[in-house]
Amino acid sequence: MTAQREMTAREPAGGAQLDVDAIRADFAILGRAVRGGNHLIYLDSGATSQKPRQVLDAERDFYTTRNAAAHRGAHLLGEEATDAYEQARARIAAFLHGSPGEIIFTKSATEAVNLVAYAMSNAATSGPQAHRFAVGPGDEVLITEAEHHANLVPWQQLCERTGATLRWFGVRPDGRLNLADAGELITSRTKLVAVTHQSNVTGVVPPVAEIAAAAHAQGALVLADGAQSVPHQPVDVTRLGADFLVFSGHKMLGPSGIGVLWGRRELLEAMPPFITGGSMIEVVRMDRSTFLPPPERFEAGVPAAAQAVGLAAACDYLDALGMTSVAAHEEALTAHALDALAGISGLRILGPLDTDQRGGAVSFVLDGIHPHDVGQVLDELGIAVRTGHHCAWPLHRALGAQSSTRATFYVYNTHDEVDALADGIRQAQKFFRSESSGAA
Amino acid sequence: MELESMYQEIILEHYRRPLHAGLREPFDAQVQHVNPTCGDEVTLRVTLKDADGEPVLADVSYETLGCSISQASASVMADMIIGKTVGEAMAISEEFLRLMQSRGTAEPDESVLGDAVAFEGVSKYPARIKCALLSWMAWKDATARALDERAGTAAAAGPDGDREQE
Repeated sequence: MTAQREMTAREPAGGAQLDVDAIRADFAILGRAVRGGNHLIYLDSGATSQKPRQVLDAERDFYTTRNAAAHRGAHLLGEEATDAYEQARARIAAFLHGSPGEIIFTKSATEAVNLVAYAMSNAATSGPQAHRFAVGPGDEVLITEAEHHANLVPWQQLCERTGATLRWFGVRPDGRLNLADAGELITSRTKLVAVTHQSNVTGVVPPVAEIAAAAHAQGALVLADGAQSVPHQPVDVTRLGADFLVFSGHKMLGPSGIGVLWGRRELLEAMPPFITGGSMIEVVRMDRSTFLPPPERFEAGVPAAAQAVGLAAACDYLDALGMTSVAAHEEALTAHALDALAGISGLRILGPLDTDQRGGAVSFVLDGIHPHDVGQVLDELGIAVRTGHHCAWPLHRALGAQSSTRATFYVYNTHDEVDALADGIRQAQKFFRSESSGAA
Repeated sequence: MELESMYQEIILEHYRRPLHAGLREPFDAQVQHVNPTCGDEVTLRVTLKDADGEPVLADVSYETLGCSISQASASVMADMIIGKTVGEAMAISEEFLRLMQSRGTAEPDESVLGDAVAFEGVSKYPARIKCALLSWMAWKDATARALDERAGTAAAAGPDGDREQE
């Protein structure tokens, strides 16, 4: 496959080490001062990543030279905008080793999940070719307790609308999925399995291919939530095993307002639309309409062309670094963080304590100090982290935590920043524990 | 360090040794409020009694699951309003809301707010304002329900004009 050969050419075996100083020079925001005059230490890329100059330039270049509504207009700018948008689609397809006709632009990963969930409830009234997507009483949708709300609530809602039953894999105390009862959960009643490809809380990378194989054996469809995997590890849709993959641009150095649904072509061909309106139709009459083939069928309205162009530039940036190298860099930072945090008394990490099948989200709870308060002390030191349940409330419940503090790493983070995090946590302990020893 | 402007000693004191904490019987209304962005929760009960025909807060009891700011705020609130008339407590609550929405620019009236002036520093941190307000909002809700309850039991008296001005 050409795409694969290109990837191999770009990535030396094992992945070259990232030149983090050079990378940081591309992110102007990392040079700004924050509270207390401190330099920003940005450990919240799992929520949204920062954007390199190259991505901002690509978006600006689109607006300054080719801006027009893509797929409309009989003028030169319209043609150029359309080309730019479609080239962006092809670029993103290549990033995933897929083909352009399988890439649907959405506004976010969340919308991409909803697209599939609503297409499934629309399937009941969309003719025989959509039949395989229809669910109803007696059918089951299988998810996991580790899901982000974006890959959980849409399925709950689908089940409520259709009368299907929602089931889920539980998690073990270390955050990994409990797959022991896969035989009971994945049955001929299962119509769709939706599973994270990397947890945004514990970093756990579930065996998606293995789950998908079991699901396919029962005729079920599989959707993988790649919001935390596509930005951080090489993802090849031809090997993933899933039928659908969703992710967001803004978590992978790209702009906000753009996300992607990748789907197997024959499924997209048969799937009814979710959002309807302009530019997804074939013929419109007053009483009925017919729709275009994918990807257009799923992209109603004027597309976010500048954002798509920005996301394509983000793919260029990441591929130039090499996704293997990106993953290796983050693995080293994660190992360092797990080690540094393990030395802090009263700290419990939510998730595996080693980097095997684990990404770079490091969430933790501290005895006696609420995550909001930890985050406040860290913020005072210039360290940006996420606090709360990170849109994964059931997972927190399962792991016995009301909420947590989360650090996430990306290409621009350094080992010094990991040390600063560990120091900051100790300062928070000092601040809240001083004079508190007598507290009831 | 700026931190001390938010975490004033009074706040830390209430956080470490919260006043009036725990849920008590009897009560006229109970509510549960959640801050969906962080999952913090408060369960709060209000007990009213009549004093010269005016409703008085006989007890406000609560249980919180949250950060130091939300816990301290519940403690300060309960300590200030228990024993006050609903009208007096509402006035304090309005003044506290004004302080919290001021982004650090208000001059808090200590004669009205008492210990609650310590939350002035919190108002400079938009992400934490909800923490400070969580229990106040729960109290307002619970009180409105308790008053409704009383109006309901006294409702034989006929329709009131409450909604006409809306």
